[in-house]
Amino acid sequence: MIRFDNVSKRYSGGKDALSNLSFEVPTGEMVFLTGHSGAGKSTLLKLIMLMERPTRGQVFVNQQNLNRVRRSQIAHHRRQVGVVFQNHQLLFDRSVFDNVALPLLIAGYQPRELARRVRAALDKVGLLDKERKNPIELSGGEQQRVGIARAVVNKPRFLLADEPTGNLDPALSADIMRLFQQFNAVGVTVLIASHDLALIERLRRPVITLADGQLAHDGVKAREAPVV
Amino acid sequence: MKPQLSKSGRPGESRSGASQSKTRTGDKFQAYWAHHRIVAIESLMRLLRTPMQSLLTWLVVAIAIALPAVFYIALEQFQTLGERWQAKPQLSVFIHYRAREAAIVQLQESLLTKASVASVIYVSPEQALREFREQSGLGNVLETLEDNPLPAVLLVEPASTHASPEQLDALREELTQERLVDDVQLDMEWVRRLHQIMAIAQRVIAALAGLLALGVLLVIGNTIRLAIESRRDEITIVKLVGGTNAFVRRPFLYTGFWYGLGGGILAWLLLVIGVAWLSGPVTELAGLYESDFELEGLGFVETLAIWFGAGVLGLFGAALAVSRHLHTIEPT
Repeated sequence: MIRFDNVSKRYSGGKDALSNLSFEVPTGEMVFLTGHSGAGKSTLLKLIMLMERPTRGQVFVNQQNLNRVRRSQIAHHRRQVGVVFQNHQLLFDRSVFDNVALPLLIAGYQPRELARRVRAALDKVGLLDKERKNPIELSGGEQQRVGIARAVVNKPRFLLADEPTGNLDPALSADIMRLFQQFNAVGVTVLIASHDLALIERLRRPVITLADGQLAHDGVKAREAPVV
Repeated sequence: MKPQLSKSGRPGESRSGASQSKTRTGDKFQAYWAHHRIVAIESLMRLLRTPMQSLLTWLVVAIAIALPAVFYIALEQFQTLGERWQAKPQLSVFIHYRAREAAIVQLQESLLTKASVASVIYVSPEQALREFREQSGLGNVLETLEDNPLPAVLLVEPASTHASPEQLDALREELTQERLVDDVQLDMEWVRRLHQIMAIAQRVIAALAGLLALGVLLVIGNTIRLAIESRRDEITIVKLVGGTNAFVRRPFLYTGFWYGLGGGILAWLLLVIGVAWLSGPVTELAGLYESDFELEGLGFVETLAIWFGAGVLGLFGAALAVSRHLHTIEPT
């Protein structure tokens, strides 16, 4: 479960990125997050990742109040949240395999178990034959799939994606979305920020729409939030 | 909405939970050490991949360590020399010119009864003249003298229990009071001065070593800072996927250790070569002074101290840089 309770975020510049935002993504749900650029989508995801702290209000992830997570515990919090980035955030000084293995290395897996899981994740995204390649040799769609494999390799309970289909053509975008649906089908709670409205429409999933840091439309259960 | 809330993940959640808990504590511990080994090797390989750049850092470290070590070795050698000379402090008691031999012998016997005196040797003026003639090579000059200018001397060796500088001074004072005695010379003075000079030299070397160690710390710290800067993306990503600070820190600390250790080994090599290069001429020089003195190199303990002292210094330099710069890199 991901829950925002009256969350506001004001950056030091004085701009309100989020104001008094409340909503809940139930466990096992797959929800889209949309809104024009600057509406606060990225800020929302950063709060869940503890890359930012809210100015007011509380964010809960899996019953845990993130305000109570101390600096030293942030790393452990992030291990239960897989993230897929628009710009992939891959490391080009190592192979596809090593990129995907990174979260497992951090979590302290034995080499054999690590290799098994990395291959399972790469198989899932259809890149098992590319494990020895450097990600720079791969196409944009393939790089995004490497990013997804890395996000899910540690079997996180939550999967966040920030514009995962941003630079991809419609066919590839549909492929990527199918992957997210598959993970959701095995119980992973998925939250995808996207402005690909046509694609979102087709998938018929709950949608949270942000406008100027506030809830413009809530397809999920609204909590004390005005639905415009 | 679709009936998704009904399948709201309880089974899926417990499933993923179970598979995550598969990493048992023992396994994690093993994996932890395995990771240390991997990071240690990887960071060394990274240094060897840019050999010239690494060599330069190693050389800087080596010179900074070799310099005080050279002084330290030199001082050690002086100390061994000093100890040899110091081995037997001796008081030369010069007797009045007109003293009768019988009285001198009586004084010699009375001195021997003192607890502070180990032995007394009587050197008569004739004997002194003979020795002087043989050893100085100035025999011809002496031929021209009518009288023997040399006084009788009692060579007093203090007991080893009474050999501290204060006790020696007291003994000298005591001997000077004797009626027959003209003058007493303590052959210790210059040894004490030498010791004082060496104590000063020791402190100068310690200060120099401290300054150069600080230099090593800063050089390695700066090198690590650049390494951190060049791996900014990697650090960001590792932090994003749940890497702890310790995990992020590890490769840089190992890199610092390798810089230090490499510099230490290089410094040790410079010293070994230097000692080997000098020891021939030094032994010959000592031979000219009829001494069997030999230049001593570094012992096993000193070798280890240089290697790992440098390694630890590198580690500290890296820790310094890491603590200052790593926390500034956060995913945004």
